[in-house]
Amino acid sequence: MTFLAKILVFPREGVLDTQGKAVGKSLNRIGFGSVKEVKVGKYIQVLLEAVTEADAAAAAESMCGELLVNDLIEDHTVQVGPWKP
Amino acid sequence: METMRTSVIVFPGSNCDRDVMHAISASTGTMTDLVWHEHRTLPRDTGLVILPGGFSYGDYLRCGAMAAKSPIIDAVIKHASSGLPVLGICNGFQVLTEIGLLPGALLANTSLDFICDFCHVRVEREDTPFTGHYRKGEVLRIPIAHYEGRFYLPEEQLRTLEEEGLVVFRYCSPEGVTGEDFTPNGSPNGIAGIINRKGNVLGMMPHPERATESLLGSLDGAPLWGSVNSWIRGRLGE
Amino acid sequence: MRPDHRAAGLSDAEYGEIVRALGREPEHAELMILGVMWSEHCSYKSTRRLLSTLPTNGEAVVQGPGENAGIVDIGEGWGIAFKVESHNHPSAVAPYQGAATGVGGIIRDVLAMGARPVALLDGLCLGEKSCPEADALADGIVKGIAGYGNAVGVPTIGGKTLYDRCYNGNPLVNAMCLGLVPIDGIVSSRTARPGQLAVLIGSRTGRDGIAGAAFASSGLADDTRSSRPQVQIGDPFVEKLLVECCLEIHSKGLIVAMQDMGAAGITSSSSEIAAKSGTGIRIDADLVPLREEMETWEIALSESQERMLLIAEEGALEEIGSIADRWQLDWAVIGKVTDDGLFVMTKGGREVVSLPAEMVGGGCPPVQWPSCKPSAEAEGQERPSDPLDPGGTERCLFTILENPNLAERSRIYRQYDYMVQTNTVVPPGNSVSIFRVRENRSLVAVTMEVDPWKCSLDPFAGAAETFLKALRPLWVSGANHLGMTNCLNFPSPEDPGNHWILERSVSGLAAVARDLACPVVSGNVSLYNENPSGKILPSPLVAVVGLQDCNNPPLRDRESIEAGSVFLVGDIKGTLGGSAFSRIITPGAEHKPGCYDPSKEKDFMKRALKTVRKEAASAGRAIAGGGLMTSLAKMCITADIGIGLDSTVLDTTPECLFGEWGPRAVYLVPERSTELFLSCWEGFPVRRIGEITPGGLTLEGHEMLPEETRAGKAGRKL
Repeated sequence: MTFLAKILVFPREGVLDTQGKAVGKSLNRIGFGSVKEVKVGKYIQVLLEAVTEADAAAAAESMCGELLVNDLIEDHTVQVGPWKP
Repeated sequence: METMRTSVIVFPGSNCDRDVMHAISASTGTMTDLVWHEHRTLPRDTGLVILPGGFSYGDYLRCGAMAAKSPIIDAVIKHASSGLPVLGICNGFQVLTEIGLLPGALLANTSLDFICDFCHVRVEREDTPFTGHYRKGEVLRIPIAHYEGRFYLPEEQLRTLEEEGLVVFRYCSPEGVTGEDFTPNGSPNGIAGIINRKGNVLGMMPHPERATESLLGSLDGAPLWGSVNSWIRGRLGE
Repeated sequence: MRPDHRAAGLSDAEYGEIVRALGREPEHAELMILGVMWSEHCSYKSTRRLLSTLPTNGEAVVQGPGENAGIVDIGEGWGIAFKVESHNHPSAVAPYQGAATGVGGIIRDVLAMGARPVALLDGLCLGEKSCPEADALADGIVKGIAGYGNAVGVPTIGGKTLYDRCYNGNPLVNAMCLGLVPIDGIVSSRTARPGQLAVLIGSRTGRDGIAGAAFASSGLADDTRSSRPQVQIGDPFVEKLLVECCLEIHSKGLIVAMQDMGAAGITSSSSEIAAKSGTGIRIDADLVPLREEMETWEIALSESQERMLLIAEEGALEEIGSIADRWQLDWAVIGKVTDDGLFVMTKGGREVVSLPAEMVGGGCPPVQWPSCKPSAEAEGQERPSDPLDPGGTERCLFTILENPNLAERSRIYRQYDYMVQTNTVVPPGNSVSIFRVRENRSLVAVTMEVDPWKCSLDPFAGAAETFLKALRPLWVSGANHLGMTNCLNFPSPEDPGNHWILERSVSGLAAVARDLACPVVSGNVSLYNENPSGKILPSPLVAVVGLQDCNNPPLRDRESIEAGSVFLVGDIKGTLGGSAFSRIITPGAEHKPGCYDPSKEKDFMKRALKTVRKEAASAGRAIAGGGLMTSLAKMCITADIGIGLDSTVLDTTPECLFGEWGPRAVYLVPERSTELFLSCWEGFPVRRIGEITPGGLTLEGHEMLPEETRAGKAGRKL
């Protein structure tokens, strides 16, 4: 069956996120004074075939490990569920 | 006399592959093969392997990440482990870190701008295959052109890198003074190029191939090609 | 239901012409197609007659207007293909993507000639820096050009940037590409023969930019947000693969004809090939690789980027396919060249569109808008300006150098990779951009100019001066001009005053092209550059390509020189009309425009070229924006030298110190070359106006360039 993996990739704690910093400053400048910190990452959506949800999650995790994420500089989360078109 | 033979790996999106070939031919008169990333082996007698600059796979996902998974990479790793020289320039440096042949990662410049300009770098080591024709402390005028050139390593590992003397090029003033003011991209300690412990895999953001003809404004990159050529000839002569 | 031709963008008269020519009413898809193809952007209906007045023949011209790009001969069997094209409207609504796809489009135009793209330039007319919206647009535009050009691996070696309030909501983005092509390997779009196949290579087709051409043919609606879905998205990665792939296919001799898919996509590219080749073409919409479900007319008109249409023999297909596969590009045979002269599109085997190919591309009747000189400018007597005292001169110079229009541009061009391909000899930031051609060891020089202020004062003289401002730096550098390309950026031609200005501007360009023998080899027109809050000033942009004399290195506009004289060639006084001085220092003052004197220009050209040939000077700079003082100041700052001016020779009127127009230049001449230099300029106005000094720029003992003026003007010096 088909599963949908939602993968969020964002800068690791301690890695200077220049883009996040710039966006945060801009938000402050246009009036969102309440903004304390911004991180800019990316969202990756993968449709995949697997027998069980656990298999799908495991596959998504290994995609992160092998290509999608560089864990020296990035953290990530994976969320897997059945795909509803 | 045997001469150096260079393999320049061409990824989809590479755009400095021909520039490197011209520079090497102009300054050493040696042969270069352009090797498509889908090949699994390097041409026989390859001495130097170069991962050139450009935007491999459009720099999508992360710079160098997809190129690092190309079929040719196994052969590059094998070449490196045999002790022969591998050079990554700009995007090629990013690929080397993604492969794991060099530590660290390259992040966006602090200014969040692409920067194309001549800059100055100081040669920190003259005992590598790539820098034999330079003097330690020599200042080179050499172009950079990148958006992601700020070297990153967690602090402790960065300290080890420095202690082990693995920084080969550092951004500096024309007089050779290092510091934040002379580092165009925000790289820590002005790091512009690093080498592996074994001393045969070099990654650098500046483009030596763009500083190989006086017509184009600088000849300071030419000794790098001469250095590798001499090193390889020395090794072949052994 | 009777289809609504007005909604499709056709006038009643045009619709009548269609029904008459077809002998029937067009089907819905046909109407949509004709609406786009007969739009101003695709048909040039308002300017076709006017453009035919431009001289297009010349010694060096290999290909004039009418193809995807013009080509000039640079010797030893090599040619330079070049063209400039606007992407103004898309950049106004989506600056990053608009500018990026502008770059992508012009690269494919040059590629379609069989040329390898080797250089890019950009003409940007941007809104005031003080207007936040305009500044955000400007930033997005620059980032878009950088994002696309850098990744595609073609160096951006120069261009022109200016700022004016009239561009606040109407930015102009004119992208130029130059390509290198062996003259015996030029690809044409006129060489298709019946039975050959139409092959589409590149990205899949989606709804991008549907009817974008029609969009570019009307003024911008107040709410540009509603226009957004039409904007195309560029993919420089695919473009790079497409360039390499098409050049490889071409190198194997497998291409019969080629067209890029720009405005109006499959329709314009395939109908143009058919019309120019005197054939028909039959496209099967079911064969086009799609990204999403689409109607036939949408497939016909989609402006999805990074696609090329190739015409090839059936026998070449296998090899073409394997090359495209290797470059990881989608490709498909989408149709066939026929002999019936028709542009046909089928869907499910049914003919949805069947129109004469000639009618689709060239059938739109020309429109003659009324033309009327706008209310005559005040013909009052111009009073000679009072001389400036030294303090006043210094303050004027400071103010002019601080102005964004005269300021140094490294903040912009450092974001462009201007060195990739390792041929850039003179980079951006100089009066001329020069690149080397390895194949025949030649140096090609390029300049780009646009001067809306002078054109609005006097469109004829202003357009001529714009053209000359592009030519003079080439001559001073030592390059012979070969040909020009242009982009006519104007507001709506439907207004009689606007139309008169457009006509006069084209006449000015034609006069210079004829008198100085610099033919027009390609070009583009962008009209309707206006929005509810205003219209642009007349902004014809000119780019000239020249060939550097191969025996002498180019004469630079900056050179460190220890001792020698400073010479002014040309009249002691310039003219203030439309000048930086008049705009910045005395806004509101009525200064008259200069006039165009072809014989003087020719004389200047010969002497400037001789000066380089004889190596009689060590640096030279044609005087342009900001006049003599600004030119001298820029030489002092960039070359880090000083100049002591001789106040007994110069007069201190604004006309002398800050005047523009006409052939004037400053040269730095070492003592030993003085006589040689004077012999080059004998019979032309020439004056020794000062000498090189260790530092500063002094007039009557007064320092004109104190530290605070110099500060930050040299660009980043690393």
